[in-house]
Amino acid sequence: MPTRTMNPFATSNPSPALDAINEKTDTQRRQSFTKGNKLASLFGGGSPRTRSEAAALQAAILAQQQALQRSPSPQLNSTSPLLPTINLTTATGEKQPSETRTLLQPPSPEEARKIAKAHAQFGPLGSPKHRYVSKHVGEFAEPIEDTPPMYFLITTYISYLILIVFGHVRDFFGKRFRKQHYSHLAEQDGYAPLNSDFDNFYTRRLKMRINDCFSRPTTGVPGRFITLLDRKSDDGNNTFKLLGTTTETLNMSSYNYLGFAQSEGPCADATEVIIKKYGVSVASPRSDSGTSDLTLEVEDLVAKFVGKPASMVFSMGFVTNATAFPTLVGKGSLIISDQYNHASIRYGARLSGAMIQMFKHNDMRDLESRLRKMIAQGQPRTHRPWKKILVVVEGLYSMEGTMCNLPALIELKKKYKFNLFVDEAHSVGALGPRGRGVCDYFGVDPSEVDILMGTLTKSFGANGGYIAAEKSIIDKLRTQNAAMLFGESPSPAVLVQIASSLRIITGELVPGEGEERLQRLAFNSRYLRLGLKRLGFIVYGHDDSPIIPVLLYNPAKMPAFSHEMLKRKISVVVVGYPATPLVESRARFCVSAAHTKDDLDRMLAACDEVGDLLQLKFSSGIAGGAAPEDLPRNEYAMERSRSKPNPPRWRLQDVLRAGVEDVQLPLR
Amino acid sequence: MDLNEAQVRVLSLIHDANEKFHKIPGSAIILRYIKSSYQNDPVRSVFELFLFLFAVHYVLAPAYSTQKNKEVSLTEEEIDELIDDWTPEPLVAPLTPEEEMENEKRPVIVGPTGPKSKLSNGRTVTNLASYNFHNFVANETLKEKAIQALRTYGVGPCGPPGFYGTQDVHMKAEANIAAHLGTAACIVYAQSFSTISSVIPSFSKRGDIIVADKAVNFAIRKGIQISRSTVRWFEHNDMEDLERVLKRVVKEQAKKPLTRRFIITEALFENVGDIVDLPKLIELKLKYKFRLILDETWSYGVLGRTGRGLTEAQNVDATNVDMIIGSLSGPLCAAGGFCAGNEEVVEHQRISSSSYTFSAALPALLATTASETIQMLQDQPEILTSLRESIKVMRAQLDPRSDWVMCTSSPENPIMLLVWKPEVVASKNLSVADQNQLFQDVVDECIANGVLITRLKAMPKAIGASANEKEWQPTPALKVCVTSGLTKKETEKAGVIIRHAITKIITRRK
Ligand SMILES: Cc1ncc(COP(=O)(O)O)c(C=O)c1O
Repeated sequence: MPTRTMNPFATSNPSPALDAINEKTDTQRRQSFTKGNKLASLFGGGSPRTRSEAAALQAAILAQQQALQRSPSPQLNSTSPLLPTINLTTATGEKQPSETRTLLQPPSPEEARKIAKAHAQFGPLGSPKHRYVSKHVGEFAEPIEDTPPMYFLITTYISYLILIVFGHVRDFFGKRFRKQHYSHLAEQDGYAPLNSDFDNFYTRRLKMRINDCFSRPTTGVPGRFITLLDRKSDDGNNTFKLLGTTTETLNMSSYNYLGFAQSEGPCADATEVIIKKYGVSVASPRSDSGTSDLTLEVEDLVAKFVGKPASMVFSMGFVTNATAFPTLVGKGSLIISDQYNHASIRYGARLSGAMIQMFKHNDMRDLESRLRKMIAQGQPRTHRPWKKILVVVEGLYSMEGTMCNLPALIELKKKYKFNLFVDEAHSVGALGPRGRGVCDYFGVDPSEVDILMGTLTKSFGANGGYIAAEKSIIDKLRTQNAAMLFGESPSPAVLVQIASSLRIITGELVPGEGEERLQRLAFNSRYLRLGLKRLGFIVYGHDDSPIIPVLLYNPAKMPAFSHEMLKRKISVVVVGYPATPLVESRARFCVSAAHTKDDLDRMLAACDEVGDLLQLKFSSGIAGGAAPEDLPRNEYAMERSRSKPNPPRWRLQDVLRAGVEDVQLPLR
Repeated sequence: MDLNEAQVRVLSLIHDANEKFHKIPGSAIILRYIKSSYQNDPVRSVFELFLFLFAVHYVLAPAYSTQKNKEVSLTEEEIDELIDDWTPEPLVAPLTPEEEMENEKRPVIVGPTGPKSKLSNGRTVTNLASYNFHNFVANETLKEKAIQALRTYGVGPCGPPGFYGTQDVHMKAEANIAAHLGTAACIVYAQSFSTISSVIPSFSKRGDIIVADKAVNFAIRKGIQISRSTVRWFEHNDMEDLERVLKRVVKEQAKKPLTRRFIITEALFENVGDIVDLPKLIELKLKYKFRLILDETWSYGVLGRTGRGLTEAQNVDATNVDMIIGSLSGPLCAAGGFCAGNEEVVEHQRISSSSYTFSAALPALLATTASETIQMLQDQPEILTSLRESIKVMRAQLDPRSDWVMCTSSPENPIMLLVWKPEVVASKNLSVADQNQLFQDVVDECIANGVLITRLKAMPKAIGASANEKEWQPTPALKVCVTSGLTKKETEKAGVIIRHAITKIITRRK
């Protein structure tokens, strides 16, 4: 089997119990997994995709619905003795009365189930200590990027080489002896192939091997836990068969930063009311009859939230960018864009017809030298001065976990008079003491940034995007923006989810809950990041970023890591080339306010095991994680030399013991 | 694989290699290299070799860089001065009076949209400006299903389809659409407007050829622009002209390496409202070996006995069309778009269509609604017959009876586009701006009389485009969207109001 040869770990037995912390919670969940495996072997050797897939899907949906009714969430056992602590959490939408009763009287089974269901979407806060305020302190420092020992880089290159050579060899023979499998790459009956052989090589020979790590189908709420539909492939990941079973996993993959992916609670309640009243659609573009009172209300809320005079909302974040640039710049203008900017920004920039320049990721010096050169030289050929220059950055980069250097950008803006566009897709809600994004985080006045764009898909658990700017700009966009003229308007259901989550964050609704979410997210992000660094992983990004990329390097470690984590019932995202530079394959964790400290401890324990198994602990210590001297309770601290840091390789117990307190200190 | 078979394979391979070796004289090493990388395509190999030689020549050529040559060398002080001197234009141009008017007059609906909607000025109007043709918005069953989905899935899927954003409801919606259309597979996008703009560039690349109708909608134009393919336009809905263009392309390309070729057109045109002749289109596409990308955004859920769209209406097997793009957000009153085709077409998009790969998935409750409406269309064909009744009633009030406007839409199209008759334009000497202004006055007059209609929107111009760049623009038109949520009487009455408003406005003008 091709997948096997690539993944030396796939055949190893599932490692025994996770760790002491999660023993209790895990036994139940593992059962469903083994059940899936048994079923898998029952169905083994079946035919390719048939009708049974539909049946399996149906069965999975049924199972899920039943599961939700019975709510067998394993959380029940472990959390019920701790119920008094639930009172700290206002975010799960429980009815307040349960608070008064829980201390002495166990909840009725009915209620217990409800609580367990809510907790599977949003975990209860374990201790008031598990909070932190996300705010920038001191100088903006580029995160230090550690590099692994040469050995790993070389083996990574060799792995790719082998993969490519194997791919070519297999193509070579395949094209001669299994012609029908390659027919789609050849000219056929006068039609050029839809896929060019060359473009398709990477997908066919590299991605296909690890396809089972992508597009895993899910069901239910993508909250603290996410339920995967178990599937299996008999043909080397070409097609998958659903097995009809599901696995509940810890969700380290969804962009659910503030934990608003919930099917209960004030947001869902408000959404239900609105669906009853409005239906799910306004069935018209904004400029015809698709503007409703709800739309205007949300635009108002968004504008106030990000601190701009006006805003407009769209039904898709991608399109927000795709249609925004053509309304701002065009021929004779220049876009200077960060090298790691999102595909939607590139798409919009290309559509605009403006000239596009890229600068090195977050490198302000490179940006400045480009600005100087471009302003001095003017437009190519004619040397006419540029009409406008638009610098485009993201607030928080989704693959790197880095933030833009907003203070420096503002300085440059003053000097070079360009316009600044910040895509806050990942940062809005996730950064800043009040969750208002990068401006809030750095204490910058939002009026310093010309255009604040963001998506509502991530922190708010809704869908769509927004643009916030001066009123004159928004007024113009309203008449010119293609998505406004021709695209569908956001659904009322989505709008009300945005409105209610925004109101919770600002404290207008359920006071205290928004703050709790923001601070838990910040704590969780720092806690997991610090823990991973101390265990010896190479972690990219800024300390307060809820996106935590862990470097894997070798391509074969992507599927191995993903499988090992799945075995431990944790779903993670692995990404490699072309989304990242060739050698920098990584796993990306997205932390959520819905996670409890116990979840993160479970995550750390799993990473600790898998890290040893896959040899992932290769940090040198320059990026932090070393034992601080003022914590002599740790034996490593003594040995640590000042000039050359010792590679941090903390024991898991030490990480867990010291973590909560050390999160509050500057991470090191 | 047994030994024998392996031996046969090895032998045939050696034979193969030998043969090649004799065909092309040259170093064995280069030959092997060429073969392993270009497989059986000597033309391409030669081409690549030529490119390689050219690259060598280019690198070795005296170091005059075109870039550097044109750059003016400046001192730091001069650069600073230039920077001080530079004054950028404001980020957006000031609003024109027309734009101001548009912002002012954009209707705001308070409460739910429906056949009768309440506007922000407090008046309740008959809403003929929304795509709520079947009045699915008000359907209680659909609402209930949506709420069930909400209580199971929450609202957003919080991630793109590739990263745990694919939910079972999406797979179900895809299966339902594919089954409805009769195609092998289908892929659901989170927004309908951008679907085709993303589908086109995922298949058609630089060097490929697109033949497109002149009147295609804005989204298709943007998709073509992003693809950077060579584009040839044919006269709107003119199959003879299409054939002429196809012939020419085939002739021009005969000597060149085969590239992908596409015909892109709409089933019901967003900007004109008329219908395409699909059987003829299929005939031409097969004859000249083009692939067909058909935008059914306005026809899916509207044409055909069960709303399957143009393929059903004109009795064409949907598998004849390579890619069918449709909307779940217009007539279906859910949200999102889709592209249906064979497995290869669909799977390719999952990894290379940017608005699918790099955008969050459709909220589960909207995917569920889409599945439900499709089911309703299939189970209750009377939904469509009653819409057609309404269209007939409305048309009877407007097209043959008005002396001033005519309807360019097909008789099956619930979106009736009314343009000024050519003789009216000629006799009153109406410019495009005049026509638009008159229609805006008609819209205002109708709203004053309790009927909400709208105008067809012109396509926004690219910023910085020079004035002499003439892009195709739709003829100014009034847009009347029929809905079966109104009774025959109500529709008739609204039709009368619109007709009278038109007459009133145009006769006022000398
Ligand atoms: C920076 C950035 N911009 C825009 C988007 C697109 O947003 P949406 O998923 O809402 O379409 C994303 C989503 O991944 C993003 O990361």
